[in-house]
Amino acid sequence: MDGTVALLAAVIVASTPLLFAAIGELVAERSGVLNLGVEGMMLAGAVTGFAVTLTTGSHLVGIGSAAVAGAAMALVFAVLTLSLMANQVATGLALTIFGVGLSALVGSSFVGTPLPRLPRLDIPGLSDLPVVGPLLFRHDVLVYGAVALTLAVAWFLAKTRGGMILRAVGENHEAAHGLGYNVIHIRYLAVLFGGLCAGLGGAFLSIAYTPMWIEQMTAGRGWIALALVVFAAWRPLRVLVGAYLFGGVTILQLHAQGLGLFAVPSQVMSMLPYIATIIVLVVISIGPWKARLQAPACLGRPFLPTN
Amino acid sequence: MAPPAAPAPRLALTGIRKAYPGVLANDDVALTVEEGEIHALLGENGAGKSTLVKIIYGVLAPDEGEIRWAGRPVRIASPNAARQLGIGMVFQHFSLFEALSVLENVALGMDGEKNWQALAGRIVEVSRAYGLPLDPTREVHELSVGERQRIEIVRCLLQAPKLLIMDEPTSVLTPQEVDRLFLTLRQLASEGVSILYISHKLHEIKALCDAATIMRGGKVVAHCDPKVETARSMATLMVGSNFAAPEKPAKRLKRAPRFQVNALDLESSEAFGTSLKEVSFEVRAGEIFGIAGVAGNGQTELLAALSGERPVEAEAIIIDGNRAGALGPRARRGLGLAYIPEERNGHAAIPDLTLAENALLSAFDRRALLTNGVIRFARASAFAEEVIERFSVKATGPDARASSLSGGNLQKFVVGREILQAPNVLIAAQPTWGVDAGAAAAIHQALLDLATHGVAVLVVSQDLDELLVLTDRMAVINGGRLSRPLVTGEATLEEIGLLMGGLHDLPDDIPAVETAAVNQHVQAL
Repeated sequence: MDGTVALLAAVIVASTPLLFAAIGELVAERSGVLNLGVEGMMLAGAVTGFAVTLTTGSHLVGIGSAAVAGAAMALVFAVLTLSLMANQVATGLALTIFGVGLSALVGSSFVGTPLPRLPRLDIPGLSDLPVVGPLLFRHDVLVYGAVALTLAVAWFLAKTRGGMILRAVGENHEAAHGLGYNVIHIRYLAVLFGGLCAGLGGAFLSIAYTPMWIEQMTAGRGWIALALVVFAAWRPLRVLVGAYLFGGVTILQLHAQGLGLFAVPSQVMSMLPYIATIIVLVVISIGPWKARLQAPACLGRPFLPTN
Repeated sequence: MAPPAAPAPRLALTGIRKAYPGVLANDDVALTVEEGEIHALLGENGAGKSTLVKIIYGVLAPDEGEIRWAGRPVRIASPNAARQLGIGMVFQHFSLFEALSVLENVALGMDGEKNWQALAGRIVEVSRAYGLPLDPTREVHELSVGERQRIEIVRCLLQAPKLLIMDEPTSVLTPQEVDRLFLTLRQLASEGVSILYISHKLHEIKALCDAATIMRGGKVVAHCDPKVETARSMATLMVGSNFAAPEKPAKRLKRAPRFQVNALDLESSEAFGTSLKEVSFEVRAGEIFGIAGVAGNGQTELLAALSGERPVEAEAIIIDGNRAGALGPRARRGLGLAYIPEERNGHAAIPDLTLAENALLSAFDRRALLTNGVIRFARASAFAEEVIERFSVKATGPDARASSLSGGNLQKFVVGREILQAPNVLIAAQPTWGVDAGAAAAIHQALLDLATHGVAVLVVSQDLDELLVLTDRMAVINGGRLSRPLVTGEATLEEIGLLMGGLHDLPDDIPAVETAAVNQHVQAL
């Protein structure tokens, strides 16, 4: 029983960075911008969060700086693709490669330095409940934050005028422009939000999940987050489900490795989350779900204001 | 004392001039629209109507000229400024958001509207008052083209406009929907709203409008009263010269079917597309068969299946006795099928390639323009030259880029390219869409000539007038299903219109949801 609860709690923790990155990317994509630089923005957040927490001793300042670092990377992307009309796919890929290099350079002096883990934030009363307490209410602030952020994004997109405008811009940018909305301005904000979230996801990895700096410690999570958005058919609450699913696969393979189950090399087990990603993407693209058909109609299309 | 002046016209334009590099789109244009008047703006494609309207709606700024609104000179800097004056516009190509609801689509156009519940009530209220039933909760992709247009009109009406601009509003409507739209427009005019009605359909203008301004080549050629003028005289003013209407031979050869479609089912590959359900018809040798229907009822899917762009069951399509359903476009061309797609640029022709290269694209097999995969440029060039001459395409020669041709000339080239491959079966989608009257007449004549030589011709078009002129028989596609074929000339316009509307879109079908929402709204007051 305790083992199961611990396992499920671990799934929630493992899904947190995916949730941050995916919900941010979802907002950017709903506005019509495909930013493939999630991995790079996460790495920038991870190394910044770690370095700032180490030097200032404050986790909160570290988390804030990570968000700013992610947003700064996103700003580079936004200037290139939205103002200078560079190709979104190529720019996103470049941003990831840039993030890998930059974070390795910045983080080279921190490799191997330990950092106190982001403390648990117990909620009086709730944390002491049996089963539910250890499962849901003995986590750090970022775990709670990721879930809250997802719910907030779901509410924003469905219920507010701002969310409606954002969806409209992603759906038909010409028409939105014709109605007097500033497409480029709205997309800038969405892309910056995406970077901010990716930065938070990175910070969670380097100051809470494994509180140390390791080169390329995101290990492809940015790419999984991108797949998650498609898997979720651009719906925030489905991102939540998807993140737990992928978090679950990650934890399962770790435990299977630890227990020495299956006589296969550990590398094969480590591949599992990524193989699962590919399989899920193939299935939902060809199956009755036809996820690709639910994409925002203007996703990835550059907008050049006329007259 | 001066005599009391007549009230100033609602909108008066004088000396409007707008030049683009190489083109004078508007030259000394004058236009006056009175209060409560339905004023037609008439002209062919490229006559300068769109430019003028964009100037009125604040999308473009004129180079010269004066705009007076209710007697007062104004400068309309943006569509927002136009809306603030009280100018509303319904575009020919709707600017709607497919994945959003009717309510959201309207709310996006209303600044500062905070109370969505109340807005939904107002939408229902206005749509009822003007006979434009709309359910605010439905998503746009579920709606017919006619319903989509209602959203645009209601969106304008909610802002209580004084001038409503309608750009070719009937090109996508069934005859019944057109009648109903006219009722709405007359009601608006009787309430004092001025309407600027842009069209090139003369019978509509005669039926609806109080005054007309006719443009040609960027200039106003006449102001007239359409109730007095004949359709013929207005056509002459619009086109500038008499043109020959195509001759339809009295009797045509009716031989064996050359092209058969049997119970064709096809799921749409688009999110908001229409799947085909058991479509069956046959086109006989020497016959022109028409498929009418409002856009988005499965035409795209049908054409993809017929051309071979989406292969289907082998038995579903028979070309001259050969089972062709599973074949791709090239193999079908080998069987004698020629295809003129709806979209000239990017589907029928590649804009950046020369005419010779574009000729090669579809004719390389039947005109032997390749040797072991190597292009025989001399032959391709000669073939393009032949098309240009036989179909009087205005182009500098085979080396002209496709993008350098006007729409009508490029369409003539595409039609000629297919016809000169001596097909057994020709499929033409919207062959004269966006083409000037002269080119349209030439294309129609070419299709009729082809049929007299025993070719089976299929024309898929939204333009009912075109099908009535060309076809021997026609059927109507609605919601992915094809009606039984009607003999053209025997079928009434009303019958065809009802089929186009799927027989369900009758004037009184105001959904129950709206009544509920109205009650809610009334209670809230």
